[in-house]
Formats: sequence, C-alpha cells, structure tokens
Amino acid sequence: MIKRLLQMMLVLFVVSVIVFLMMSFTGDPVFMVIPIDSTAAEIEQARRLLGLDQSLFSQYWIFLSNLLQGDFGRSYVFRQPAMDLILERLPATMEMVVVAMGIATVIAIPLGVYAGANPNRAASRSIMAASLFGISLPGFWVGMMLIFFFSVRFQFLPSSGRGETIEVLGLRLSIFTADGWSHMILPAVTLALATLAIILRITRAGMMEVMRQDYIKFARAKGASRRHILFAHGLKNALIPVVTIFGLQLGDLIAFATITETIFAWPGTGKLLIDSIYRGDRPVIVVYLMLTAFIFVVINFLVDIVYTLIDPRITVK
Amino acid sequence: MAEPLLDIRGLQTHFHTFGGLVKAVDGVSFDVKAGEIVGLVGESGGGKSVIGFSIVGLIDPPGKIVGGEIRFDGRDIAKLDERAMRRVRGREIAMVFQDPMTSLNPVYTVGRQMDEVLRLHTDLDKAARRARCIRMLEDVGISEADKRLDAYPHQFSGGMRQRVVIAIALLAGSRLIIADEPTTALDVTVQSQILKLMRRQVEDTGAAMILVTHDLAVVSEMADRVVVLYCGRVIERGLTDEIIANPAHPYTRGLLDSIPRIADRQHRLRQIPGTVPDIRSIGLGCSFRARCSRAQSLCAERSPDLAHVRGSLDAACHFPLEEAAR
Repeated sequence: MIKRLLQMMLVLFVVSVIVFLMMSFTGDPVFMVIPIDSTAAEIEQARRLLGLDQSLFSQYWIFLSNLLQGDFGRSYVFRQPAMDLILERLPATMEMVVVAMGIATVIAIPLGVYAGANPNRAASRSIMAASLFGISLPGFWVGMMLIFFFSVRFQFLPSSGRGETIEVLGLRLSIFTADGWSHMILPAVTLALATLAIILRITRAGMMEVMRQDYIKFARAKGASRRHILFAHGLKNALIPVVTIFGLQLGDLIAFATITETIFAWPGTGKLLIDSIYRGDRPVIVVYLMLTAFIFVVINFLVDIVYTLIDPRITVK
Repeated sequence: MAEPLLDIRGLQTHFHTFGGLVKAVDGVSFDVKAGEIVGLVGESGGGKSVIGFSIVGLIDPPGKIVGGEIRFDGRDIAKLDERAMRRVRGREIAMVFQDPMTSLNPVYTVGRQMDEVLRLHTDLDKAARRARCIRMLEDVGISEADKRLDAYPHQFSGGMRQRVVIAIALLAGSRLIIADEPTTALDVTVQSQILKLMRRQVEDTGAAMILVTHDLAVVSEMADRVVVLYCGRVIERGLTDEIIANPAHPYTRGLLDSIPRIADRQHRLRQIPGTVPDIRSIGLGCSFRARCSRAQSLCAERSPDLAHVRGSLDAACHFPLEEAAR
C-alpha cells in the first residue's frame, strides 16, 4: 500500500517535469500578456515580473515548490489562481461525464451479457454490428447530428449551454433541475456513445469466455435460473477487463470532453482548456494537465481496489 | 421387482457439426435402481459424458436428444421443458464434474455456492441452511467447516475442492448422483479417499449413482453393475464381478488386459491396437471390428445387437468370448 502511494507520487512528479518542459517549448508567453505596442524595456520588465528571465531549472524549482505549497500559479489572462478557474468549471464537466458513463454502463452491460451468452442469435449479431458504429463514428459528427435533429428539426432539446443550475453542497449543478437535464441529454449521449460501444464489446468478449467454463455448467446442473447464471455466475467473472476499461474511459472523458463541450458550448473544463491553449495561458494548461494526471492516478488506484472486491484471488500490493 | 429409479431406453443424442452428423450416443439403454452404483465405462469419445449431460438436460446446441426415453421415477424427463427440468437438476439429480479446479466459481465463497443449492431447492431459513452446509462439509471430511464456509475455492486443495463439489451434489438430498470422472484430475492418493467417501455417502443417503469413468479399476472397486460403451453404443453390460472375471465382449477383455498388475511383471502390458474410429465413418457393421482380433466377414456386414450371453451379461458381439477357465 505504501509502495503504491510512492509510485503514484513518482508518476505525478514525472508528469510535472514533462508538462513543464513541453510548455517551455511552445513559444514565449510574454507576447500573450503584453500590449502589441510595448517597448523593448516593457517586454523585459514583464519577462522579469513573470519570472521568465530565470533559467529553466530554477523556473521549474519555483513551480514545484509553489505547487507543493498549494500555489498552482495564476492565469495570465484572468489574473486569478489557475486552480480556481478549473475547479469552478469542474462540476459542469463531472456531472456530464457521470451521466454519460451511467448511460453507457446501464445499456452496455446487459446488451454485452446477452450478446456474449447467445453469440449466434440474430439479435446479438445486430448488437455487435451497431456497436461498430458507436466506435467508429466521430463524436463531433454525432454531436452535430443530434443538434440537427433534436434542436433544429424538432426543436425538442436545447443545443447549447448548461441550463438552470442550483447550488448543492456548494457546487453549482444542473442535474437537479428539469431544464438542466434537457440541456444535459444531448452532450451526455454524444459523450456516452463510444464508451458504450467499447464496454459492450469488452463485456461480450468476457462473457463468451466465461460461459465456456465448467463452473457455469456446474451452476446449471444445480438448477439455477438462466438469469442468475448469466448475471451472478457469469458477469462477475467477466468484469475485470470491463472495470479496467471503465476506469480508463472515465478518466478520458473527464479530461478530454473538449470536443463535445465545444460543440454544445458546455461551460466545463474541456472548453477552458481549449480557450487557454488559444490564449497561451500557460499556468492554466499546466495545472489542467497536472490535475488530469492526478485524476488518472486516483482512478487507476480505485480500479485496483475494485479488482479485489470482484476477485478474491487478487490483492493490492 | 420394483421399477428402476432411472430407466434409459434407446437414448440417441446427436451433434450436428460442420463435419457432419455425430451420433455421440446412439441407442443406449440401461437402468439404475435406487441405492445402486452403475459404472459407465469406455475410452474417450465413447459417449459416456454425453449420456450424463443428456440425463440432466444439459446438452447444448449443436447437440440434441433426438430419440429415446429417460424415465426417472416413472416419468420421461427428456420431454420436460427447461423450467420443469430446473426443478429436477440439483434437487432430484445432481452432478459431480471431472475437474474440481474449475467446477467451483472462483469469485464466490464455498459457503455461498453451497447455500445456492439450498436456496433453490428448499424453504429453509438462512440459519438452517448454514447449519446444514456445515454438517455436510463435516460429512465429506472437511474440518473446521464453520470457518471453511467463508473461504474461497482457491484456498482449497484439489482433493478438498472435490469434497466440496460432492457436498454440493449431496446437499439437496438428490436421489441420483451422476459423477463424471470424479477422480481423474486428482492425485492417486486422494483418488481412493474420494472414492471411499462417495461410496459411503451413497450408502448413507440411499442415493443411486452413475459413475462415468475410463478407469475399470475404479469401477471394479465401486460399481454394482457396469455398462461398457463404445462409439456411442452399449457393447456389454452386467454385474461388475462377472464382467471383471469373464467379459463376453473382446473390447471389455482388451480394457481389462490393459490394466497393469503388480504381480505380473513377466509380460508386456497388453493394449488394444488402433484407436477409437471417427464415429462419422463407421458405416455398416461392428464399430470395433477394425481393432478386434476375432473379427470375421460377418462383423463388417451387420452391426451386432445387444443380446443375452450368460448369467447377467449382455453383449453386442457376433462372436462373444467363452467363459474362460481361470
């Protein structure tokens, strides 16, 4: 357990070095913050003010020691702490991702179990064929098609924004209002589609493997019902790869819902990232990437714990 | 005489494969009386296991029972629908599988897998079910049963797991146990323990047992009667003692001769020449003729029917072996 925590810290440290180095190769940010008609002296002054005149190593050292003290730097553009900017928008992204993962899981698992247990039926083949669309259709196209049909053609659901939000436990959330839901549905479905298809296919592959095992036949010989055999005996044994993919997809959606958020003008962190890249707002990008790495590390850790809950033969080292 | 507990008549289980129709079980008849142990013997591919799975209705496509009757306690269970059959499985007829390493679900405790049977087939409450599971585990020789109930299968050795599987099979008070090669995957020292245990349990509960095995030595130790299968057909059946002492069918003789004897170190161990033929390509005549030293032209023309030979022995052979003076 201790070893595991040290490993996680090491990962985050390495990520911080890579992120910092990459950022310093992406041009001189001083030109992003000064007026166009600045004199050479003013540029020099701004550079000193931002600490950009120091060596790369000491810049990193300042960055790291501030980081460890909880100071994640300030946005060049908003003059606010970069972390605050991100945290302000995180609830919007999170609730969209949670709804998307919920939709994906609730649909994918039963269909995957069915398709895996009855691989030769026409319905299973149709499910598998349909899942190929889910994997291969690009998110931006699906998003635009949904907007075209549901917002433009039928004027049934709004195409952009987050709708009405209310404060719950200090977070501004929209999943507790009807208006919020109507705004949520399209982006969440767009985001869910690829994940749904992947989880479905992984579940099916696992179930096909598991259904051949002797313990399934033994359970049948006990007189257990088909449903009990599929979901209690079969699914639990097929779940390890499903949980792995679930964790990866979850992190991926939280960190990189950028395209979907842009299409639906969803005021989440993905949109902040894109805007910050355009503006060359280095501190925000750096903090964003660090936070992403942190989220992935935590999710992977949780996934490993879930493994041990599913399969008693696995222990967390 | 009372009606037998299980009476199989002309059972045919066929598999429609890409390579053609495989008649895995082709007109098999035998019966099992209450409290009796019947051994089903033969080489791999003889259709032994398929018979076991046919009885409990667990033949999956492309396999199908295409003919015959499986009368259990007077009714033909081959005709039951899946729902009705589920009440027979585990309650009336239980199975023990070959490999204890794979027949228990690795993600559930042993206790939960035992409890499942009682939940399905009895109205007992939780405490009563647990008490019964503990007693059953003790009966099959697992100490500290109370603690072991909460252990997972991977925490048991192979022999212990097979004890658990047997406990599960006996738990609901089934009247017929089908044991499919129950000791094949176990160490030799554990084998005899498990066999003794099964024999004692069958005697104690009054259940009948079908013991599916390729091992005639096991059968001679355990079974009251033996049914010898070859290429999906019964080629000989009778009381165990008679078959072991004086088989009527050359194939059974061959099987017996291929058991090593410690006293006899003078001679090379005899074996049956050749291998089991592809069931799809037997055609007319006796399926054993190609490997039989006594085969004559008649054997290639007409398939022999099962007929009474002597004593309790029936054999499907045109030229059955005479009683040897030994």
